[in-house]
Amino acid sequence: MTRKEYWFWLCNLEQIGLKKIRAILDYYETPEQVFHERGKGLDRINLLTAADKELIIKSKDSAGIQEKYAKLLSKGIYFVTKEEDNYPSKLHNIYNPPFALYVKGSLPKEETATIAVVGARNCSDYGKETAEYLSGELARAGIQIISGLARGIDGYAHEGAIAAGGSTYGIQGCGVDICYPKENFNIYMDMQEKGGILSEYGPGYSPKAFNFPMRNRLISGMSDGILVIEAKEKSGSLITADMGLEQGKNIYSVPGRIYDRLSAGCNNLIKMGAKPVTGPEDILEDFFLNYENSEKELKKNDKLLETKEKIVYASLSFLPKHMNEIAGETNLSIMELTEILMDLELKNYIKQIRKNYYVYIS
Amino acid sequence: MKGVTINMYSKALSAAVNGIDGVIVTVEADVSDGLPIFELVGFLGSEVREARERVRISLKNSGYRLPAKRITVNLSPADLRKEGTAFDLPIAIAILTAFGYIPQENLDKTLFIGEVSLNGEMNKVSGVLPIVYTAFRQGFARCIVPVDNVREGAVVQGIDVYGVKNLQEAVKFLNNESILEPYYIKKEDLFFHEEEEDELDFSDVTGQEIAKRAIEIAASGMHNILMVGPPGAGKTMLAKRIPTILPELAFEESLEISKIYSVSGLLNNSRSLIQKRPFRSPHHTITAAALAGGGRIPVPGEISLAHLGVLFLDEFPEFSRNTIEILRQPLEENEVTIARLQGTYRYPADFMLVAAMNPCSCGHYPDRNKCNCSPNQVKRYLGRISRPLLDRIDICIEALQVNYKELKSNKPDETSGNIRKRVMKARNIQLNRYKDENFYFNSRLTPKTMSQYCKLGKKEQMLLEKAFTKLNLSARAYHRILKVSRTIADLEESEIIMEKHLSEAICYRSLDKKYWEE
Repeated sequence: MTRKEYWFWLCNLEQIGLKKIRAILDYYETPEQVFHERGKGLDRINLLTAADKELIIKSKDSAGIQEKYAKLLSKGIYFVTKEEDNYPSKLHNIYNPPFALYVKGSLPKEETATIAVVGARNCSDYGKETAEYLSGELARAGIQIISGLARGIDGYAHEGAIAAGGSTYGIQGCGVDICYPKENFNIYMDMQEKGGILSEYGPGYSPKAFNFPMRNRLISGMSDGILVIEAKEKSGSLITADMGLEQGKNIYSVPGRIYDRLSAGCNNLIKMGAKPVTGPEDILEDFFLNYENSEKELKKNDKLLETKEKIVYASLSFLPKHMNEIAGETNLSIMELTEILMDLELKNYIKQIRKNYYVYIS
Repeated sequence: MKGVTINMYSKALSAAVNGIDGVIVTVEADVSDGLPIFELVGFLGSEVREARERVRISLKNSGYRLPAKRITVNLSPADLRKEGTAFDLPIAIAILTAFGYIPQENLDKTLFIGEVSLNGEMNKVSGVLPIVYTAFRQGFARCIVPVDNVREGAVVQGIDVYGVKNLQEAVKFLNNESILEPYYIKKEDLFFHEEEEDELDFSDVTGQEIAKRAIEIAASGMHNILMVGPPGAGKTMLAKRIPTILPELAFEESLEISKIYSVSGLLNNSRSLIQKRPFRSPHHTITAAALAGGGRIPVPGEISLAHLGVLFLDEFPEFSRNTIEILRQPLEENEVTIARLQGTYRYPADFMLVAAMNPCSCGHYPDRNKCNCSPNQVKRYLGRISRPLLDRIDICIEALQVNYKELKSNKPDETSGNIRKRVMKARNIQLNRYKDENFYFNSRLTPKTMSQYCKLGKKEQMLLEKAFTKLNLSARAYHRILKVSRTIADLEESEIIMEKHLSEAICYRSLDKKYWEE
């Protein structure tokens, strides 16, 4: 058995988590030594129960382990341990780092800046747009986007980065061979090409709610900065931000209107000293990256529009607006308005983010 | 028995209701020697069998003595199941004729319906209108009906309808011993008096420009429409006003609707003809049988009562799935077929479906300050309405909560009268265009007829193509958009479908692909 296979064995024992592995490795030097322990050495580790010890002894089936490891590789899953060089170095600096990671796709590049984009699962359309836009622009500028592949902001952040052709990484709270939630399957597949799926849990490990906060420490740990897009007053995204703060990362937050419940958490972060983000340049400047504004080009085009089109275009913003409201503000009839909106949409000036709700494209 | 000769055999004519049409039934009576027994035969329902007791006692109490003879009454055709109490009168008349109280020739070209009570008085029955209408079509000269049904019957012009209070009056009239005037209603009178009741008007609804416009289009082309919006946005208010912009009923339409109401027993002397387009809004706890029609003896359901009018289903996803799926066939064929052991019944059901629903179970999505539903919950809520049913709904709009500014605005809202004028124009264009087809409205276009009537120019095709890729529309949406754009073009009296018509039609397409398309 190879060294990696010993690691694989130790990290895949049921009931034996990070704490117990640490206790074992405090006593033995390598997993190999644990494997070959024939005496009563395990008895000296107080943390282990009788059942644990029995499990360790029973599981020493080298043929079975080798077979499992080969299967892992054949699934295209890469197994990286803490002692290897390509183990993300940032994780060495966090509290309670995992002993090994499973990777589908590739690992984030060490030398490239990485931003974690997190936020509410039940986000608003505004949050969705912001997530896609900011992570898209950041990815275009060369920043790696990592997030948790969850519903809502997480998924949209990945989507934005993929659409911009950047690289993006998802850290899961279950095995990397499981796509959770299922509706993100497209992102899950694309991400293996344009980045990777990472997890500290072995293949086949099903998603469990209590593992998700643990996963957050990896999201913050592997990033250089954390961008919170939409979060309620009490939100899992704030846990990630808190962990990031402990790990000494930059915290960025998208401010929101004071009455929006989904912005309460973000605004609180700003009050506590997070950097308010109103555009990608606010983040990029911290990493000495230049931001090329694609908006200038658009402003020139503005002149090409007809008067009525201009009126409609001017009434739109980043906040989704329903056709009814636009009609009220512009005093255009529905017949005129629908034609103008369709025209503007086909000319790529505006975007329909939900049926009959429009935003402008920046 | 002085001066009365026993005829031994006699027959009186009556009718049964099948679906919403009458079927003539011959009631034969025979009197012969033997044990004094009164027998009724001819595939009878239990109400008709009970007529034996009612008729016997009412004859006695009306002063007609029946000699101790064996009486046999047969209702033919014997293979049609007879239901209801309307045969009491013809049975009584046939027996009296057989005993010689009335000469047989006096029953010529006369149709009888009515229920008798034990003291000989007449009670009202249901289904009088379709029966009288059938009698008229089959060349009868007069109908004798209970006095409480006389207005309903008299709606049919060209046949004399007499209302009788009791059995004696009927016999005296038939024997020309007393004079009874046929009840007569002027067609014009029928159509005037309910006008002022119409208080609902579209000008009551402030704002909601899109919804109003969409409803106007839907009414013009008889498109089914779905309104999605938060509670209190005015969906119900809008729906209730739809009949006010539909064209007024023509007499034939009115008669057809009234026939359905007559069969259901919903007509009476104060409301003998349905003059307004029906607006039915059943509660969402309704059962499948009540919606489509049914029961052991089938009666028309809500969808038939909404014939030529509006069927409004509020809280669409709350209806039980079984109930709602029943709508599929009637929406396609404009009638509903109910099969029973005794036979198959057909009820017309050509209605405009107006459905309203909330966007999620709390009702406020996508307003994230109020709605905390997860995307999955929203999806599940919308998913309660099946794809095939949605495919039959051409127009879908969101009704937004009206804000204070709109409520206060002095901008005058259009009245129903104005909108109705435009709707009528668009409908006339369609009637003209489809005069050689078996349908009248754009909503009934099939993919085949669509290629004939909805030709697109090059520019329009380009627009549609671009919009399709941009908005990720499905092939199903294509046909719906074409149909709706045809109606929009008709509203503008434009021969061809232009880009602006298409753009507008695209705005009324079904809700987001993400939620409803596979």
